[in-house]
Amino acid sequence: MYSTSFDYYRPKNLKEAITLLRKHKDAKLLAGGHSLIPAMKLRVSSPSAVIDIARIRGLDGIKASKSGVRIGGMTTHAAVESSKDLHKTCPVLSETAGHIGDIQVRNRGTIGGSLAHADPAADYPTVLLALDADIVATGAKGKRKIPADEFFVDLFTTGLKAGEVLTEVSVPAMKAGQGACYLKHRHPASSYAVVGVAAFVALKNGVVKEARLAIGGVTSTPVLVESVDASLAGQPPSTKAISEACEDVPAALEYPLGDVYASGEYRTHLATVLSRRALTEAVSRAKKQK
Amino acid sequence: MGYVGSSVKRVEDPRFIQGKGAYVANIELPKMVYLAVKRSPYGHAKITKINTKKAKAHPGVVAVFTGQDLIDSGVGVMPCGWNVPDIQIPVRQALTVDKARHVGDGIAVVAAEHPYIAADAVELIDVSYEPLPAVVDARKTTDVGVPQIHDNVAENTSFEWSLGDKEACDKAFSEADHIVDLELTNQRLIANAMEPRACVAQWNHATEEMTVWTTSQNPQPIRLLLSAFTLGIPENRLRVISPDVGGGFGSKIFHYPEEVITPWIAREINRPAKWVATRSESSVTDSQGRDHITLARMALKKDGEISGVHVSTWANMGGYLSTFAPLIPTAFYITLFAGLYKMKGVWGEVFGTITNTVPVDAYRGAGRPEASYVIERLVDVAAHELGMDPVELRRKNFIGKDEFPYQTPVALQYDSGDYHAIFDKATSIANYTKMRSDQDEARSSGRLVGVGVSGCIEASGPAPSAVAGALGSAVGFWESGVVRVHPSGKVTVLTGSHSHGQGHETTFAQIIADELGIDMGDIEVVHGDTGRIPFGMGTYGSRSAAVGGSALVKSAEKVREKLKKIAAHQLEASVEDMVYDQKEGKVYVKGSPDKAKPFGELAFAAYSAHNLPEGLEPGLDETSFYDPANFTFPNSAHIAQVEIDPETGEVDIQRYIAVDDVGNVINPMLVEAQIQGGIAQGAGQALWEQGVYDENGQLLTASLMEYAMPRAHAFPRFEIGRVETPSPHNPLGVKGAGEMGTIASTVCIANAVMDALAPLGIRHLDMPLTPEKIWNAISAVGQRTTAKVEYFGGD
Repeated sequence: MYSTSFDYYRPKNLKEAITLLRKHKDAKLLAGGHSLIPAMKLRVSSPSAVIDIARIRGLDGIKASKSGVRIGGMTTHAAVESSKDLHKTCPVLSETAGHIGDIQVRNRGTIGGSLAHADPAADYPTVLLALDADIVATGAKGKRKIPADEFFVDLFTTGLKAGEVLTEVSVPAMKAGQGACYLKHRHPASSYAVVGVAAFVALKNGVVKEARLAIGGVTSTPVLVESVDASLAGQPPSTKAISEACEDVPAALEYPLGDVYASGEYRTHLATVLSRRALTEAVSRAKKQK
Repeated sequence: MGYVGSSVKRVEDPRFIQGKGAYVANIELPKMVYLAVKRSPYGHAKITKINTKKAKAHPGVVAVFTGQDLIDSGVGVMPCGWNVPDIQIPVRQALTVDKARHVGDGIAVVAAEHPYIAADAVELIDVSYEPLPAVVDARKTTDVGVPQIHDNVAENTSFEWSLGDKEACDKAFSEADHIVDLELTNQRLIANAMEPRACVAQWNHATEEMTVWTTSQNPQPIRLLLSAFTLGIPENRLRVISPDVGGGFGSKIFHYPEEVITPWIAREINRPAKWVATRSESSVTDSQGRDHITLARMALKKDGEISGVHVSTWANMGGYLSTFAPLIPTAFYITLFAGLYKMKGVWGEVFGTITNTVPVDAYRGAGRPEASYVIERLVDVAAHELGMDPVELRRKNFIGKDEFPYQTPVALQYDSGDYHAIFDKATSIANYTKMRSDQDEARSSGRLVGVGVSGCIEASGPAPSAVAGALGSAVGFWESGVVRVHPSGKVTVLTGSHSHGQGHETTFAQIIADELGIDMGDIEVVHGDTGRIPFGMGTYGSRSAAVGGSALVKSAEKVREKLKKIAAHQLEASVEDMVYDQKEGKVYVKGSPDKAKPFGELAFAAYSAHNLPEGLEPGLDETSFYDPANFTFPNSAHIAQVEIDPETGEVDIQRYIAVDDVGNVINPMLVEAQIQGGIAQGAGQALWEQGVYDENGQLLTASLMEYAMPRAHAFPRFEIGRVETPSPHNPLGVKGAGEMGTIASTVCIANAVMDALAPLGIRHLDMPLTPEKIWNAISAVGQRTTAKVEYFGGD
């Protein structure tokens, strides 16, 4: 497994990285290298330049406040998995990180790298969509926030513009009466999500105030099943109500992907089953969240 | 000293876990060139032109060669070492010149100053292809419109072979009360050894001697084939070394094209050369496993007596015949159809067909898991259909422990066993009665819980050489063993078998330490270097201990005899009165243990030769060549419990019980490790693994992103027991331990899954039993409103 030749840059700071990115049009940023390097070794990706941002200070770290959590783009999955701050403010994100790949992958792979790669079978995109998170991009003109539902444009395509670096992810903190859950059907070979389902539920006075259900792995980008909110809002979160809400899941999954392991039909079915299970668990967690 | 039978820690491990292993890819030599092979992207295509001009001009490229260059210099075709009657052996060049016959078929090779340059230059070789229709299905090779893949293989059928008593078989079926019919696919598997294949070669221009380092399970046969068939360098000028090898599972037995190309280039350009497979190359060039389509029938009496089986199999051999390929679906397959049972009417036939897929050859178990899958699926379905418990049906038909040696109707003579005892132990560990009542309870609440059983037999430790020859082998299957005692009393043990994970450096030292009564630490075990060891046959078929270990025991006996002669002379007694104390490592006159001569002193005396009996040669270096009298016959009782998620079709293995009889045990820890690894590997076939080709011969599962290997988290703790009935015909009383786990677990887990689905009326599904396949079957049941569908064959 040998890549084609490329120029390697290791900028000292973010500004230098952005300048290099603007200068080399087909350059790739190297973060944890867990998507880029395999693609380069298989010669699926042959960038002329690789800009290594792994050693730039200040791009990683988790900062929690009452309103939300900010996670630096260079934060590893292992750090997200083990963060005590996240366990308190947004445990579903730690839970999700803990299900990515294996220990070695989690020690190297980063949240920014995963999101910028926009693999339809990745785990974070689905969860961020359900949590209504923002993605922060930094370019020559400064920072801008991109809502998760605008960030994932297509297969391996994001809302990042040329010359922008994904520097931060901003996730709202779980409040009283809120709960979230991420469930995935792991591919037995790759461990990627054949189907990943993230559910967020907010309860108030025994009824659903808001429900957000996102599904990854089935279509080219993660999908928010908007009908679920419409169907559950104002209702007590009964088994029946959840099951009925999930009947609309297949309709939200246009052009499902299929491969040797799982057909589009099976993925759609799994999405429906996991949606019901994830919503049920999210409700149960919401009831416990003080 | 009592080493044999105890769980001595592996002496290899400190080196491996500290990263000090010396693998072929670690070898770096001055002026080395690095090779990359241009491979066909087509399953079947005529090669009309190969343009190497751009690649040759690429900076850092030393040379580019095609198959024609090899042919022009006299390189021979890749040999097939197993010839059944009337076999048509396709011509296989190390680099193909006329057609590509599978994706990955080698066409040209680049030698460059750096592996990266070689990889770039390979892309610059321009091959013009004329794509041809392909065939990948073993049973469709004779269909109308399917092209001839090799000119000399009519109807793409390389061989047909059958074995058994057809008359008795027909009689069993005509008198049967119940007949079970099954169509089964035993899917294509890819071995995926941890270490990819690699080859390094160094030509000595002055002495005209070649050294080849290769990731092989059997370097001596590779030297013979390189010498006599492909490269033509005389055996006495050719040294083949297989140093540390990171797993083989059968895939590293065979003589591969890269083993020819690499030394050929080293000699051609007079520079050391190195080729290391990428993981992607491994997927499309390592010989693969299994791939049978089978029509099987079992005849029974209404009381559950099994009276016969009748099996027809189409075995997919791939685009060429790999080195031992015809052996696997013939003499290693049909001979096992009697299973653990007394039935008389056993008959089987096989068609070895050529397709546009990677060649198929031995893969852990090699023919025997395929046989066990057929027989044990039939038995399980029979039990369901007769309303009998699957353990009871098996017990009813077991060969009794007093009936050994037992001659089967399919050529083999089983050496020893106690099948009731292994099932007693397995059902006791499982608490089988409770397992079944728990299952009933779970079923009554709608849960899909299944209990699977398998009782398997294996012929391991190949083989008596004369039998192998009669069955088609070009070589014998004896083994060599040298016990070389040095003047200081330190011992070097040379074995013709090869360790690529098995732990010979530990177990063979245990054996010899006990044979001579010396410390294990004084023994070094050497294997894998034809420059140091005598000719031998390497390791496969679970033969190392039974055959290689026995050769060493014979040599140790000779050492003891010689030491007794020296001691008798020095103690002025007769040899007949000498006692060799194997506990203490000393020799004394019967009745006078206080005046003993210790091993070290006698060893030195053998070399000083100052005081040896008249006519006795100096030195203490004994060689034996051991030809086994028979195979050994390990057997097993495995029980698995699974639960299926009815909504998703996912299978959860909840318990796994394995009781194996591998004869006497040298190192219980290593035997248990073999069983555990084997169970996981066999479960991989049952649930996850499959090499999938599309109709054009594209391998759709060509990377570890798609090809699912078993992972530790998918398993419960295995509950392992053991029954020991020693093999009566080898001096250690051992049977093979390397493959039984794999042979038994595939069908055991498949049976468990089918048992879980039985209440839904689902009779059979082909492996791998993936969630989608199970969900589809469950959904189909849900949609059945009128007729009860009883059969789900294929997919």
